[in-house]
Amino acid sequence: MRTCLVVDDSRVIRKVARRILEDLGFDVAEAADGAEALAWCRTCMPDVVLLDWNMPVMNGLEFLRRLRKEPGGEAPKVVFCTVENEIPAIREALESGADEYIMKPFDSEIVASKFAEAGLA
Amino acid sequence: MKPEDRELIAQLCAARSGQRVDPAKDYVLETRLSPVARREGFDNIGDLVAALRTRREDRLIWAVVEAMAPNETAFFRDRELFDRFEHEILPALAKGRTGQPIRIWSAACGSGQEVYSLAMLLDELADRFPEARFELFASDLSERALEKAQSGLYTQFEVQRGLPIRRLVRHFEKAGETWELSPRLRQDIRWRRLNLVSDLSRVRGFDVIFCPHVIECMIEPARARVAENLAAALNPGGAVLFAAGEDPTLLSEALKPGVGAGVFTGHRRAAA
Repeated sequence: MRTCLVVDDSRVIRKVARRILEDLGFDVAEAADGAEALAWCRTCMPDVVLLDWNMPVMNGLEFLRRLRKEPGGEAPKVVFCTVENEIPAIREALESGADEYIMKPFDSEIVASKFAEAGLA
Repeated sequence: MKPEDRELIAQLCAARSGQRVDPAKDYVLETRLSPVARREGFDNIGDLVAALRTRREDRLIWAVVEAMAPNETAFFRDRELFDRFEHEILPALAKGRTGQPIRIWSAACGSGQEVYSLAMLLDELADRFPEARFELFASDLSERALEKAQSGLYTQFEVQRGLPIRRLVRHFEKAGETWELSPRLRQDIRWRRLNLVSDLSRVRGFDVIFCPHVIECMIEPARARVAENLAAALNPGGAVLFAAGEDPTLLSEALKPGVGAGVFTGHRRAAA
Protein backbone atom coordinates (compact mmCIF):
# COMPACT_ATOMS: atom_id res chain seq x y z
CA MET A 1 0.00 0.00 0.00
CA ARG A 2 1.31 3.47 -0.87
CA THR A 3 2.05 5.83 1.97
CA CYS A 4 0.99 9.47 2.19
CA LEU A 5 2.44 11.78 4.82
CA VAL A 6 -0.03 14.55 5.72
CA VAL A 7 1.80 17.61 7.03
CA ASP A 8 -0.44 20.26 8.57
CA ASP A 9 -0.52 22.02 11.94
CA SER A 10 -4.31 21.73 12.07
CA ARG A 11 -5.48 18.48 13.61
CA VAL A 12 -8.87 18.94 11.94
CA ILE A 13 -7.31 19.26 8.48
CA ARG A 14 -5.15 16.19 9.11
CA LYS A 15 -8.23 14.23 10.12
CA VAL A 16 -10.21 15.32 7.03
CA ALA A 17 -7.25 14.59 4.75
CA ARG A 18 -6.71 11.20 6.36
CA ARG A 19 -10.28 10.16 5.65
CA ILE A 20 -10.05 11.23 1.99
CA LEU A 21 -6.64 9.63 1.44
CA GLU A 22 -7.61 6.35 3.07
CA ASP A 23 -10.59 6.22 0.73
CA LEU A 24 -8.12 6.68 -2.15
CA GLY A 25 -6.22 3.65 -0.87
CA PHE A 26 -3.30 5.30 0.94
CA ASP A 27 -1.70 4.33 4.20
CA VAL A 28 -1.63 7.69 6.01
CA ALA A 29 0.94 9.11 8.42
CA GLU A 30 0.76 12.57 10.02
CA ALA A 31 3.15 15.34 11.00
CA ALA A 32 2.29 18.72 12.56
CA ASP A 33 5.11 20.79 11.03
CA GLY A 34 7.99 20.63 8.55
CA ALA A 35 10.62 19.55 11.08
CA GLU A 36 8.51 16.65 12.26
CA ALA A 37 7.82 15.71 8.64
CA LEU A 38 11.52 15.79 7.76
CA ALA A 39 12.35 13.49 10.68
CA TRP A 40 9.58 11.15 9.50
CA CYS A 41 10.96 11.13 5.93
CA ARG A 42 14.50 10.34 7.14
CA THR A 43 13.11 7.25 8.85
CA CYS A 44 10.70 6.15 6.15
CA MET A 45 10.34 7.99 2.85
CA PRO A 46 6.64 8.22 1.87
CA ASP A 47 5.32 7.90 -1.68
CA VAL A 48 3.56 11.24 -1.46
CA VAL A 49 3.47 14.23 0.87
CA LEU A 50 0.34 16.39 1.25
CA LEU A 51 1.90 19.60 2.50
CA ASP A 52 0.59 22.73 4.19
CA TRP A 53 2.58 25.94 3.71
CA ASN A 54 2.17 28.02 6.88
CA MET A 55 3.21 26.02 9.92
CA PRO A 56 5.24 26.72 13.07
CA VAL A 57 8.82 25.44 13.54
CA MET A 58 9.41 24.79 9.82
CA ASN A 59 7.07 25.88 7.05
CA GLY A 60 6.12 23.76 4.06
CA LEU A 61 8.36 25.48 1.53
CA GLU A 62 11.43 25.11 3.74
CA PHE A 63 10.55 21.45 4.33
CA LEU A 64 10.22 20.86 0.59
CA ARG A 65 13.59 22.44 -0.21
CA ARG A 66 15.28 20.34 2.48
CA LEU A 67 13.44 17.18 1.47
CA ARG A 68 14.64 17.45 -2.11
CA LYS A 69 18.26 17.52 -0.86
CA GLU A 70 17.85 14.38 1.28
CA PRO A 71 19.01 10.99 -0.06
CA GLY A 72 15.93 9.62 -1.84
CA GLY A 73 14.13 12.90 -1.19
CA GLU A 74 13.54 13.56 -4.87
CA ALA A 75 11.26 10.51 -5.09
CA PRO A 76 8.09 11.44 -3.20
CA LYS A 77 5.43 13.37 -5.04
CA VAL A 78 4.72 16.54 -3.11
CA VAL A 79 1.26 18.09 -3.31
CA PHE A 80 0.90 21.44 -1.56
CA CYS A 81 -2.39 21.98 0.23
CA THR A 82 -2.60 25.55 1.43
CA VAL A 83 -4.57 28.80 1.64
CA GLU A 84 -1.78 30.51 -0.35
CA ASN A 85 -3.56 31.02 -3.67
CA GLU A 86 -1.65 33.78 -5.44
CA ILE A 87 0.22 32.92 -8.64
CA PRO A 88 3.69 34.02 -7.41
CA ALA A 89 3.36 31.68 -4.39
CA ILE A 90 2.27 28.80 -6.61
CA ARG A 91 5.20 29.40 -8.97
CA GLU A 92 7.61 29.45 -6.04
CA ALA A 93 6.26 26.12 -4.81
CA LEU A 94 6.61 24.55 -8.26
CA GLU A 95 10.12 25.92 -8.70
CA SER A 96 11.02 24.45 -5.31
CA GLY A 97 9.99 20.97 -6.41
CA ALA A 98 6.25 20.64 -5.78
CA ASP A 99 4.40 18.32 -8.18
CA GLU A 100 0.86 19.59 -7.68
CA TYR A 101 -0.94 22.26 -5.72
CA ILE A 102 -4.27 22.32 -3.90
CA MET A 103 -5.79 25.60 -2.78
CA LYS A 104 -7.83 25.31 0.41
CA PRO A 105 -10.66 24.73 1.00
CA PHE A 106 -10.57 21.30 -0.58
CA ASP A 107 -12.79 18.26 -0.83
CA SER A 108 -12.38 14.65 -1.86
CA GLU A 109 -13.05 15.46 -5.50
CA ILE A 110 -10.26 18.03 -5.66
CA VAL A 111 -7.78 15.76 -3.86
CA ALA A 112 -8.61 12.88 -6.23
CA SER A 113 -8.24 15.17 -9.27
CA LYS A 114 -4.93 16.63 -8.10
CA PHE A 115 -3.49 13.25 -7.15
CA ALA A 116 -4.40 12.01 -10.62
CA GLU A 117 -2.58 15.02 -12.12
CA ALA A 118 0.48 14.08 -10.05
CA GLY A 119 0.37 10.55 -11.48
CA LEU A 120 -1.00 9.06 -8.27
CA ALA A 121 -4.33 7.79 -9.60
CA MET B 1 -43.34 18.52 -6.14
CA LYS B 2 -46.45 16.73 -7.21
CA PRO B 3 -45.97 13.63 -9.39
CA GLU B 4 -47.94 15.19 -12.25
CA ASP B 5 -45.72 18.31 -12.10
CA ARG B 6 -42.56 16.20 -12.30
CA GLU B 7 -44.06 14.27 -15.19
CA LEU B 8 -44.79 17.51 -17.06
CA ILE B 9 -41.17 18.68 -16.65
CA ALA B 10 -39.90 15.33 -17.95
CA GLN B 11 -42.23 15.58 -20.95
CA LEU B 12 -41.17 19.12 -21.79
CA CYS B 13 -37.47 18.20 -21.64
CA ALA B 14 -37.98 15.14 -23.83
CA ALA B 15 -39.97 17.13 -26.38
CA ARG B 16 -37.71 20.19 -26.55
CA SER B 17 -34.16 18.93 -26.10
CA GLY B 18 -34.48 15.14 -26.08
CA GLN B 19 -33.18 15.05 -22.55
CA ARG B 20 -34.13 12.13 -20.34
CA VAL B 21 -35.34 13.44 -16.98
CA ASP B 22 -36.25 10.90 -14.34
CA PRO B 23 -39.46 12.22 -12.72
CA ALA B 24 -38.72 10.08 -9.66
CA LYS B 25 -35.67 12.21 -8.83
CA ASP B 26 -37.55 14.82 -6.88
CA TYR B 27 -34.42 16.40 -5.36
CA VAL B 28 -32.78 16.96 -8.77
CA LEU B 29 -35.87 18.68 -10.12
CA GLU B 30 -36.22 20.88 -7.06
CA THR B 31 -32.55 21.85 -6.97
CA ARG B 32 -32.59 22.85 -10.62
CA LEU B 33 -36.00 24.50 -10.73
CA SER B 34 -35.93 26.52 -7.50
CA PRO B 35 -33.56 29.15 -8.99
CA VAL B 36 -35.75 29.37 -12.12
CA ALA B 37 -38.88 29.92 -10.01
CA ARG B 38 -37.11 32.65 -8.01
CA ARG B 39 -35.69 34.33 -11.10
CA GLU B 40 -39.07 34.33 -12.83
CA GLY B 41 -40.84 35.80 -9.80
CA PHE B 42 -42.81 32.75 -8.61
CA ASP B 43 -43.24 31.94 -4.92
CA ASN B 44 -42.46 28.27 -5.42
CA ILE B 45 -41.95 25.55 -8.03
CA GLY B 46 -45.65 24.64 -7.91
CA ASP B 47 -46.55 28.12 -9.16
CA LEU B 48 -43.90 27.88 -11.86
CA VAL B 49 -45.32 24.59 -13.13
CA ALA B 50 -48.86 25.98 -12.98
CA ALA B 51 -47.70 28.84 -15.20
CA LEU B 52 -46.09 26.37 -17.59
CA ARG B 53 -49.43 24.59 -17.92
CA THR B 54 -51.60 27.63 -18.37
CA ARG B 55 -49.37 30.09 -20.25
CA ARG B 56 -47.43 27.67 -22.45
CA GLU B 57 -44.97 30.51 -22.85
CA ASP B 58 -42.01 29.49 -24.97
CA ARG B 59 -39.45 31.54 -23.07
CA LEU B 60 -40.52 30.05 -19.73
CA ILE B 61 -40.51 26.50 -21.09
CA TRP B 62 -36.97 26.98 -22.38
CA ALA B 63 -35.85 28.43 -19.06
CA VAL B 64 -37.01 25.22 -17.42
CA VAL B 65 -35.58 22.90 -20.09
CA GLU B 66 -32.21 24.65 -20.01
CA ALA B 67 -32.10 24.47 -16.23
CA MET B 68 -32.63 20.71 -16.38
CA ALA B 69 -29.76 20.13 -18.83
CA PRO B 70 -26.83 18.11 -17.41
CA ASN B 71 -24.22 20.44 -15.94
CA GLU B 72 -21.54 18.04 -14.75
CA THR B 73 -18.23 19.20 -16.21
CA ALA B 74 -14.51 19.59 -15.59
CA PHE B 75 -11.44 20.73 -17.44
CA PHE B 76 -9.93 17.87 -19.46
CA ARG B 77 -12.81 15.60 -18.49
CA ASP B 78 -12.39 12.26 -20.32
CA ARG B 79 -8.63 12.64 -20.42
CA GLU B 80 -8.27 9.71 -22.80
CA LEU B 81 -10.27 11.58 -25.47
CA PHE B 82 -7.91 14.55 -25.24
CA ASP B 83 -4.96 12.13 -25.46
CA ARG B 84 -6.37 10.58 -28.63
CA PHE B 85 -7.08 14.00 -30.03
CA GLU B 86 -3.49 15.11 -29.36
CA HIS B 87 -1.62 11.98 -30.37
CA GLU B 88 -3.72 10.42 -33.13
CA ILE B 89 -6.42 12.65 -34.56
CA LEU B 90 -4.55 15.94 -34.73
CA PRO B 91 -1.32 14.61 -36.31
CA ALA B 92 -3.38 12.82 -38.97
CA LEU B 93 -5.41 15.94 -39.75
CA ALA B 94 -2.41 18.27 -39.75
CA LYS B 95 -0.40 16.05 -42.07
CA GLY B 96 -0.35 17.54 -45.51
CA ARG B 97 -2.94 20.15 -44.64
CA THR B 98 -2.07 23.52 -46.10
CA GLY B 99 -4.18 26.62 -46.06
CA GLN B 100 -7.43 25.18 -44.76
CA PRO B 101 -7.94 25.51 -40.99
CA ILE B 102 -8.68 22.50 -38.83
CA ARG B 103 -12.19 23.16 -37.52
CA ILE B 104 -13.05 21.83 -34.06
CA TRP B 105 -16.49 21.93 -32.45
CA SER B 106 -17.37 21.49 -28.79
CA ALA B 107 -21.01 20.60 -29.38
CA ALA B 108 -22.38 20.80 -25.84
CA CYS B 109 -19.84 23.09 -24.26
CA GLY B 110 -21.78 23.90 -21.07
CA SER B 111 -19.83 26.40 -19.00
CA GLY B 112 -16.85 26.19 -21.34
CA GLN B 113 -14.39 23.82 -19.68
CA GLU B 114 -14.22 21.49 -22.69
CA VAL B 115 -13.61 24.10 -25.38
CA TYR B 116 -11.12 25.95 -23.16
CA SER B 117 -9.28 22.69 -22.49
CA LEU B 118 -8.94 22.39 -26.26
CA ALA B 119 -7.79 26.00 -26.54
CA MET B 120 -5.10 25.44 -23.89
CA LEU B 121 -3.96 22.21 -25.50
CA LEU B 122 -3.74 23.74 -28.98
CA ASP B 123 -1.78 26.67 -27.57
CA GLU B 124 0.68 24.26 -25.97
CA LEU B 125 0.96 22.24 -29.19
CA ALA B 126 1.61 25.23 -31.44
CA ASP B 127 5.29 24.34 -31.87
CA ARG B 128 4.45 20.79 -32.92
CA PHE B 129 2.05 21.92 -35.62
CA PRO B 130 3.58 25.18 -36.85
CA GLU B 131 1.79 25.07 -40.20
CA ALA B 132 -1.65 24.25 -38.85
CA ARG B 133 -4.39 26.79 -38.26
CA PHE B 134 -7.22 25.97 -35.91
CA GLU B 135 -10.77 27.26 -35.57
CA LEU B 136 -12.69 26.54 -32.39
CA PHE B 137 -16.48 26.55 -32.23
CA ALA B 138 -18.59 26.04 -29.11
CA SER B 139 -22.30 25.56 -28.75
CA ASP B 140 -24.77 24.72 -26.04
CA LEU B 141 -28.48 24.51 -25.48
CA SER B 142 -28.32 26.85 -22.51
CA GLU B 143 -27.97 30.59 -22.99
CA ARG B 144 -26.95 30.97 -19.33
CA ALA B 145 -24.22 28.35 -19.67
CA LEU B 146 -22.92 30.12 -22.78
CA GLU B 147 -22.83 33.44 -20.95
CA LYS B 148 -20.77 31.93 -18.17
CA ALA B 149 -18.52 30.18 -20.65
CA GLN B 150 -17.83 33.35 -22.59
CA SER B 151 -16.89 35.22 -19.42
CA GLY B 152 -13.90 32.88 -19.00
CA LEU B 153 -14.29 33.24 -15.23
CA TYR B 154 -14.12 30.24 -12.92
CA THR B 155 -14.21 29.68 -9.18
CA GLN B 156 -11.28 28.24 -7.28
CA PHE B 157 -13.23 25.01 -6.97
CA GLU B 158 -13.79 24.80 -10.74
CA VAL B 159 -10.15 25.39 -11.69
CA GLN B 160 -9.11 22.57 -9.39
CA ARG B 161 -11.17 19.97 -11.23
CA GLY B 162 -9.12 18.40 -14.01
CA LEU B 163 -6.71 21.28 -14.48
CA PRO B 164 -3.06 20.58 -13.62
CA ILE B 165 -1.53 23.43 -11.61
CA ARG B 166 1.04 24.22 -14.31
CA ARG B 167 -1.74 24.80 -16.81
CA LEU B 168 -3.57 27.01 -14.33
CA VAL B 169 -0.60 29.35 -13.83
CA ARG B 170 0.22 29.32 -17.53
CA HIS B 171 -3.21 30.14 -18.90
CA PHE B 172 -5.12 31.93 -16.11
CA GLU B 173 -4.83 35.15 -14.15
CA LYS B 174 -6.28 35.58 -10.70
CA ALA B 175 -9.06 38.18 -10.66
CA GLY B 176 -10.07 38.71 -7.03
CA GLU B 177 -11.50 35.44 -5.82
CA THR B 178 -12.03 34.07 -9.32
CA TRP B 179 -9.72 32.88 -12.08
CA GLU B 180 -9.84 34.30 -15.58
CA LEU B 181 -8.67 32.43 -18.66
CA SER B 182 -6.28 34.39 -20.84
CA PRO B 183 -8.23 36.63 -23.26
CA ARG B 184 -5.80 35.51 -25.97
CA LEU B 185 -7.21 31.97 -25.78
CA ARG B 186 -10.82 33.17 -25.59
CA GLN B 187 -10.88 35.72 -28.35
CA ASP B 188 -11.02 33.42 -31.38
CA ILE B 189 -13.66 30.97 -30.16
CA ARG B 190 -17.01 31.30 -31.92
CA TRP B 191 -20.05 30.70 -29.73
CA ARG B 192 -23.58 29.80 -30.67
CA ARG B 193 -26.73 28.56 -28.98
CA LEU B 194 -27.68 25.26 -30.60
CA ASN B 195 -30.15 22.53 -29.85
CA LEU B 196 -28.49 19.33 -31.08
CA VAL B 197 -31.83 17.66 -31.83
CA SER B 198 -33.05 20.46 -34.06
CA ASP B 199 -32.43 20.90 -37.78
CA LEU B 200 -28.67 21.42 -38.10
CA SER B 201 -28.49 21.18 -41.88
CA ARG B 202 -26.56 24.45 -41.99
CA VAL B 203 -23.95 23.25 -39.49
CA ARG B 204 -21.26 21.66 -41.61
CA GLY B 205 -17.54 21.34 -42.22
CA PHE B 206 -16.00 20.17 -38.95
CA ASP B 207 -12.88 18.06 -38.68
CA VAL B 208 -13.29 17.17 -35.02
CA ILE B 209 -16.44 17.21 -32.90
CA PHE B 210 -16.34 16.74 -29.13
CA CYS B 211 -19.68 15.50 -27.83
CA PRO B 212 -19.14 13.27 -24.79
CA HIS B 213 -21.84 12.70 -22.15
CA VAL B 214 -24.67 14.03 -24.29
CA ILE B 215 -26.40 11.06 -25.87
CA GLU B 216 -26.19 9.10 -22.61
CA CYS B 217 -28.60 11.62 -21.08
CA MET B 218 -31.11 11.49 -23.92
CA ILE B 219 -34.22 9.55 -24.86
CA GLU B 220 -33.90 7.09 -27.73
CA PRO B 221 -35.14 9.00 -30.80
CA ALA B 222 -33.19 12.11 -29.79
CA ARG B 223 -29.94 10.15 -29.44
CA ALA B 224 -30.19 8.92 -33.02
CA ARG B 225 -31.01 12.42 -34.20
CA VAL B 226 -27.89 13.82 -32.51
CA ALA B 227 -25.69 11.08 -33.95
CA GLU B 228 -27.05 11.79 -37.44
CA ASN B 229 -26.60 15.54 -37.02
CA LEU B 230 -23.00 15.18 -35.88
CA ALA B 231 -22.16 12.71 -38.64
CA ALA B 232 -23.58 15.10 -41.22
CA ALA B 233 -21.53 18.00 -39.83
CA LEU B 234 -18.29 16.05 -40.19
CA ASN B 235 -15.74 16.60 -42.94
CA PRO B 236 -14.33 13.52 -44.70
CA GLY B 237 -11.53 12.13 -42.52
CA GLY B 238 -12.89 13.87 -39.44
CA ALA B 239 -13.79 12.37 -36.09
CA VAL B 240 -16.55 12.67 -33.48
CA LEU B 241 -15.60 11.94 -29.89
CA PHE B 242 -17.98 10.37 -27.40
CA ALA B 243 -17.59 9.24 -23.79
CA ALA B 244 -16.77 5.67 -22.84
CA GLY B 245 -19.89 3.54 -23.07
CA GLU B 246 -21.60 5.75 -25.64
CA ASP B 247 -21.87 3.87 -28.93
CA PRO B 248 -23.29 6.03 -31.73
CA THR B 249 -22.89 3.21 -34.27
CA LEU B 250 -26.02 1.69 -32.71
CA LEU B 251 -27.85 4.94 -33.47
CA SER B 252 -26.57 5.98 -36.87
CA GLU B 253 -25.21 4.10 -39.85
CA ALA B 254 -23.29 7.25 -40.74
CA LEU B 255 -20.70 6.66 -38.02
CA LYS B 256 -18.16 3.88 -37.62
CA PRO B 257 -15.52 3.18 -34.94
CA GLY B 258 -12.30 5.17 -35.41
CA VAL B 259 -8.88 5.13 -33.75
CA GLY B 260 -9.51 3.90 -30.22
CA ALA B 261 -12.45 3.91 -27.84
CA GLY B 262 -14.72 6.93 -28.02
CA VAL B 263 -13.56 8.01 -31.49
CA PHE B 264 -15.91 7.66 -34.46
CA THR B 265 -15.50 8.64 -38.08
CA GLY B 266 -17.92 9.50 -40.84
CA HIS B 267 -19.27 6.64 -42.88
CA ARG B 268 -21.79 8.27 -45.12
CA ARG B 269 -22.71 6.40 -48.27
CA ALA B 270 -22.14 8.20 -51.55
CA ALA B 271 -25.88 8.55 -52.19
CA ALA B 272 -26.55 10.08 -48.77
